[in-house]
Formats: sequence, C-alpha cells, structure tokens
Amino acid sequence: MTDTVPKLTPEQLDIFGQELDAIRQRVLDDRGERDLDYIRRMIRIQRGLEVTGRGLLFASCIPPAWLAGVTALSLSKILDNMEIGHNVMHGQYDWTGDPALSGHGFEWDTACPSDQWRHSHNYMHHTHTNIVGKDRDLGYGILRMSEEQSWNPYYLGNPVYAVLLAVFFEWGVAMHDLEVERLGSGDIAWDEKRDLLAGIWRKASRQVLKDYVLFPILAGPQAALVLVGNATANIVRNLWTCTIIFCGHFPAGVIEFTEEETAQETRGEWYFRQLLGSANLTGGKLFHIMAGNLSHQIEHHLFPDIPAHRYGEIAVEVSELCARFGIPYNTGPLGKQFGSVVKKICRLALPDRLRGATPAPAPAAAAPPADAPHEPLLVAG
Amino acid sequence: MYTETARTDRTRRQRGRPSPPPRRRRNLGHRILGSGLIEALAAPHGADRYLELVRPGWSVRELRAEVTAVHHPAPDSVTLTLRPNHLWRGHEPGQFVRCTVEIDGVRRARCYSPASSAHRSDGMLELTARAHPEGLVSRFLHEHAAPGMVVGLEPAAGDFVLSAERPDRLALISGGSGITPVMSMLRTLIEEDHRGEIAFLHYARNPDRVPYARELAQIAVQAPGVNVAFAYTRGARGGGPQGARGNGLAGHFSLDHLSAIAPELAATEIYVCGPAGLIDAVRAACNPERVHSESFVPPALTLDARDAAGAVSFARSGIDAPNSGATLLEQAEAAGLKPAHGCRMGICHTCTCRKLAGGVRNVVTGEISSTEDEDIQICVSVPAGSVALDL
Ligand SMILES: Cc1cc2nc3c(=O)[nH]c(=O)nc-3n(C[C@H](O)[C@H](O)[C@H](O)COP(=O)(O)OP(=O)(O)OC[C@H]3O[C@@H](n4cnc5c(N)ncnc54)[C@H](O)[C@@H]3O)c2cc1C
Ligand code: FES
Repeated sequence: MTDTVPKLTPEQLDIFGQELDAIRQRVLDDRGERDLDYIRRMIRIQRGLEVTGRGLLFASCIPPAWLAGVTALSLSKILDNMEIGHNVMHGQYDWTGDPALSGHGFEWDTACPSDQWRHSHNYMHHTHTNIVGKDRDLGYGILRMSEEQSWNPYYLGNPVYAVLLAVFFEWGVAMHDLEVERLGSGDIAWDEKRDLLAGIWRKASRQVLKDYVLFPILAGPQAALVLVGNATANIVRNLWTCTIIFCGHFPAGVIEFTEEETAQETRGEWYFRQLLGSANLTGGKLFHIMAGNLSHQIEHHLFPDIPAHRYGEIAVEVSELCARFGIPYNTGPLGKQFGSVVKKICRLALPDRLRGATPAPAPAAAAPPADAPHEPLLVAG
Repeated sequence: MYTETARTDRTRRQRGRPSPPPRRRRNLGHRILGSGLIEALAAPHGADRYLELVRPGWSVRELRAEVTAVHHPAPDSVTLTLRPNHLWRGHEPGQFVRCTVEIDGVRRARCYSPASSAHRSDGMLELTARAHPEGLVSRFLHEHAAPGMVVGLEPAAGDFVLSAERPDRLALISGGSGITPVMSMLRTLIEEDHRGEIAFLHYARNPDRVPYARELAQIAVQAPGVNVAFAYTRGARGGGPQGARGNGLAGHFSLDHLSAIAPELAATEIYVCGPAGLIDAVRAACNPERVHSESFVPPALTLDARDAAGAVSFARSGIDAPNSGATLLEQAEAAGLKPAHGCRMGICHTCTCRKLAGGVRNVVTGEISSTEDEDIQICVSVPAGSVALDL
C-alpha cells in the first residue's frame, strides 16, 4: 500500500526521529514514584477484583452473586492481561528493580506462557510491525488482513475465523509462536516446536487446573456454576482484548509494509513505520485503563517500554508532531474503528476481483500527496 | 513489593503503635500459605503477591523486615531496629546483610553490618548507617526511615566474622561507620560471657560522631576484661571512659594507641573495620596473620566508556574477556555465548540480563549506570570499565 504513504525526505525523517527521541528521553528522565504508585494501584485493584470475584462465585447459587462474581473476575483478568501484564512484560517497570514488576519474571493470568509472548509480541511484532510476511500479528496465520496476502477459497471463512479467534483468543495467543499454519503445511516439523509445546502445556495446564478444577471443587455443590463462571470470565476477557488489539492495527488507514521497503531502516523510518502501522482509540480514562492503554496504540508502538499510563500525556505531543510533518495520525472512537475492522475482515474474505479491488480508503488526516513510492533510506552510521 | 515507604510510616509513628513480639518459627500459617494448593490457587502470581497487599512485610518466600524503631545515636547516624520475617536465619557477629529500600520508585540495595549481638533474644536486628553527604541510601534512611517501613533483606553473608573458637585476647578496631561489625562482635562476646581480654579501639573525627559511645562506656565499666578507647582524628583529645586505660588518644592509628589497651599484643587476634588507610596501618604495625579486616568503601570505578578498558566477566559461564568496547551482547557473542535477544536495538527487552557489578553506558540514552545488581539491556549497553554479567 505504498501509494498512501506520505513522502518525507531523509532529513525530515531524521528530525522527526530526533523529536520523538526527545519525548522519550524526557519521560524516561521523569520516571519515578508516580509510575510505581500507579501500577501498584492497578495491581491492588486487580487482586481485589479477583479475590472478590472468586469469593462471590462461591455463592453462585444466588444469581446476582454469580453475575457480580463473573463481572469482577472478568475485569480482574482484563486488568491483569492488559494494563498490568502486557505493559509490565514490555519492561516498562524494569527500572524499579522490583522483582514483582520485572518484565522477565512476570507471569499473567492467561494460557500463553509469558516467555513465548515476549518473543512473539515484544520482539517479532514490535520490531517488524506491519511488515507483511514478518509480522505474524497480521492475521495471526489464520485470517486475511491485508491485500498483500493472496486470496484463496479458505479465506471465504474469514469472518467466521475471526469470531472463533476472538472467543478463544487466549488459546490463539498461546499457540501463536507454534506457527500452526506452517506446521500444517509441513514447512516446519513438529520436532522443532517440542520445547514450545512443553512450555504451553506447563502454563496452560496450571491455568486449567486453577479455573476449571480447583476452584470448582472448592465450591462443592456449586462446582458447575463456578466452572461456567470462570469460563465466562475467560471468554469476556478474550472478546475484549481481541477487540482492542484488532482496533490497534487493522482499522482503515493503517498501512502495511514490505520486507524490501524496510530492509535498511533508519531510526526515523522505524518510528515512521510504527506510527503508520498503528491506530488509536478515543475514550475516557476508565476506557483507556481497561484497554491497557493500548487505546494509545500509536504511542505504545513508538515507545513500547515507557510506562503505558503516560501515553495519554505524550499523545498530545505526538499528534502535534504528526500534524507538523503531515503524517496521518489514525484515531477514532471504538465503534468507528471496530466497524472498519469488521468491514475489512468481510471485504478481504472475497477474492479481489469480486470486490472490484477498491483501494483502501485514504488515511483520516490530511497527508501530502505521495507521488513516488516510499524508498528505503540509508543513513551512514 | 514494599508498598508505602516513607509516607504512611510517618502516620504510624505518630500513632506510636507498639510492636507485637516476633514469631520466628515456621508456624501453621506459613505452612498452609506455602503449600502447593495455595500456590496452585494463587497461580500465576503466587501467594506472596497477595499477602504483601494485606501487609507489606508479609511474605512466604521473600526475606523482608519491618522497621520497629528508629533513633539517631549521633547527628549524622541512624540506627534501625528491624523485625525480620520468618525466613531470617540469623547472622554471625561481623557479617553484613544486603538491605533494599525503595527511593523514588527505584529499589536500591546496600550492605549494612548488623551491630546487634548474634544472640539477641527478641530476634531483632540492629543496623546503624552513617549518612554520607552525597549518599543516596544512607541519607534516605537517615531522613526517612520510620517505624512500619518495610525493607528487603538478603541472608547474612561475609567472612569478616569471629572465629567459631573464640580467641582469648581480641582487639576490635574500627573507624567511622566501621564500628558496626565490631560492635556486634563485642556484644556477642559479652553475651557469651567471654572470659578473656577485649580491647575496643574506635577512631572518629570528633566526639559527637561516635554512635554507641554511652553503651561502650557502660560496658567498659561493667564488663571485666573489656577496655574501650576512642581516638579523635580532628583536634579533640580522645580517651576512654573514666578509669579506663588509653585516655587522651588523638590522631590516626598508631601502635601506641593499641598497646595502651591491649598489652599482650603478640597474642591478640585483631579485627579491624574502617577506611583502607586504617586497615593498612594496622596491618603494617601488627602481625598481619592475626589481622582480619573489612572495608565498607567500594573500589573506585572508572566510568569512561570511550576507552575500552577493563574486562567483561560472564559469571555464570565462567568466561572472562578483555573489554572490546562493543555492546555487551556483541561481546558475549564474541566470547562464544548465545544470550537471548530479539531486536538488538533496545526495544523488546529480550536481552535483559542482570549486571552484577561495574558500570555501563546506554548507547541510546548515553546514560551511565554503576548500580550493583541491576537489569540492563545488553544490546544497547557498552561497558564503562570492567563489568560482571550474570550470563
Ligand atoms: C560489607 C559492607 C558492610 C557495610 N556496613 C555498613 C554499616 O554497617 N554502616 C554503614 O553506614 N555503612 C555500611 N556499609 C556501606 C554502605 O553499604 C553504603 O555504601 C553506604 O551507606 C553509602 O551508601 P549510599 O547509598 O548512601 O551512597 P552512594 O549513593 O552509593 O554513594 C555516594 C557517594 O559516597 C561514596 N561512598 C559510598 N560508600 C562510602 C563509604 N563507605 N565511605 C566513603 N564514601 C563512600 C561513593 O563513592 C559516592 O561518591 C557497608 C558496606 C559494605 C560493603
Ligand atoms: S535485543 Fe531487544 S532490547 Fe535488546
């Protein structure tokens, strides 16, 4: 989709990169007790919701208690995965030296083992964001999310696969690094993935044991209700996280890149790709917290290891910077962004010729006309 | 997680809450909380991550201590009484503990030698820190430590200890803040009813910088065989408590100071803790084989990353290599290691690894850091002098 990429000169890109570096450095220098207080407050709220939720579920025979329990547990899992787990595992709090907040040590309340997540997400996705063929988050090996993926009849089921992925998102994420589609096609052998499988088994069995065996047994006669409650909370969390994550990279206007274009990136170009490859969601404070601040996906992709609760403050500067350079800053309310993701999923289910091969809509913000394809830029040093 | 450090602690101090007596044995509660079932229910975070939210000092697996009393034995010193949790296994007289506090959101660990007797019956631990004018942790403790504050501890360590078979004649010599380990030795020996001769010689700049002065005076009077003398290096004439030998000492260490209170020097085991100058002087004047010493002062670091000086030591693999000036990831790979990594540009934190000692410069931010035991991203860190990595 190189035709919609705004054209910046190498010098402009350098300055753009330096300005972003300056924002990053300013936040890094300012990190301190405020950030620690924030994340600990989140942890306290999450643990409180978890204990409350599990406690209420023990009274499942009273329907409102069941409902309240499931709500609290769902919120707990969402907070744990998004505002706490995802962000802590990015190393956002490594500077505190607190082992409970160490990006390398943290485990989260989901089936995916944290070490595999750090590889598939922190490294693969964040380094190769939106590079078709390298960023496996583009469709997760299951969906067709880009015109660059050639169509075949399997993709007629695109919307169905998307719904299934959303419902079982935690398992999709857990199996992400397995590259199941390549195992199926025989590109890679099962043997190569044995360690990964063992890791998934270890982590997932602990999750299953806790949610589907131990807590139900402890609930005695209400075992079935607790089991269903825990499953519901897991699914609510799955639907929500999947929605937020899809809205971060797949709304209209988000741009994909090719391996050739990005082979020799400068820092400025790297920032530029992160920016064009992400989209934000607008909303209130509570919404941003429940979205793990991934509603500020652009800022997160520019600065993945800055404490996420700062993204809102930075967003003002980043969007101003974009306006100055004529770079589109993709943002909108959840309904709009989600609607455009759904449209894309359905549109790409069909072969290109049936759709009349309409080009993707232009990015929201005004951008200087792109008269030449974006070329990789080389900077000495 | 040590929640609520200085701030809430002040309110607790105002309330003057008396501390309940310590419980050291692994009681039923600890056993249940540490059980497999509880861990399975608390997965993936573990029971500690819930307990500490109820009370910061509570932990099944982490050694921590709560400050129960704070006083200032000298204007620039602070003495903390700590109640360690059930994981504390005690200390030998002379050993140190690494103590972790949180300052502006960042954990900082420093070593402090307990001054308390190894046999203290209430299970408490006493640390005395001298506030260095530029010091981060010592000043923080001096200004902000208050009852209720929770600190992290590591098990006691160090070879500067009284030999298990207690010598008959001992000289305990200290300079400045180095008084703490020898104080622990003295208190321990007294509780053991030591029958021999103990000479306690302490050097300070001036009289109001001596913590434990009153207690030492009392010991000199009451404990048979203990001689105490103070020597002041800045002007004032020192001495011992009334009636003690060794009155009127001044200036830096000399053999006269010591022989005044330890007449049978040739048969005396000497323990000295203080600045390098004091230790060197004691070694030069006495039989070095009888001198046991420790210094608190860290070796000076050269923090110039431009000239690739020093060596890189990969501690876990037991490999040492001269510092080539490249990033630590590249140097590790050049040494044949295969550290985990991803982006190689400081984004993904895959390469994060523990730096055990030494200074590094972050090539992205230019920031230089020499904190011991900190996690660094080795793909964007170059050594500033010698570095030890847990790789
Ligand atoms: C085995 C061991 C036992 C120790 N026991 C005690 C103890 O019982 N009581 C106690 O007060 N301290 C003790 N220390 C020293 C203590 O660990 C800290 O180094 C000290 O409190 C200074 O820490 P800081 O964070 O305040 O200073 P930092 O912020 O680390 O350093 C600030 C400045 O002070 C200098 N500096 C650091 N330490 C010293 C020092 N000891 N003497 C002179 N200059 C210094 C540094 O070079 C730096 O320029 C011990 C050290 C060791 C290694
Ligand atoms: S390898 Fe990615 S941060 Fe070092």
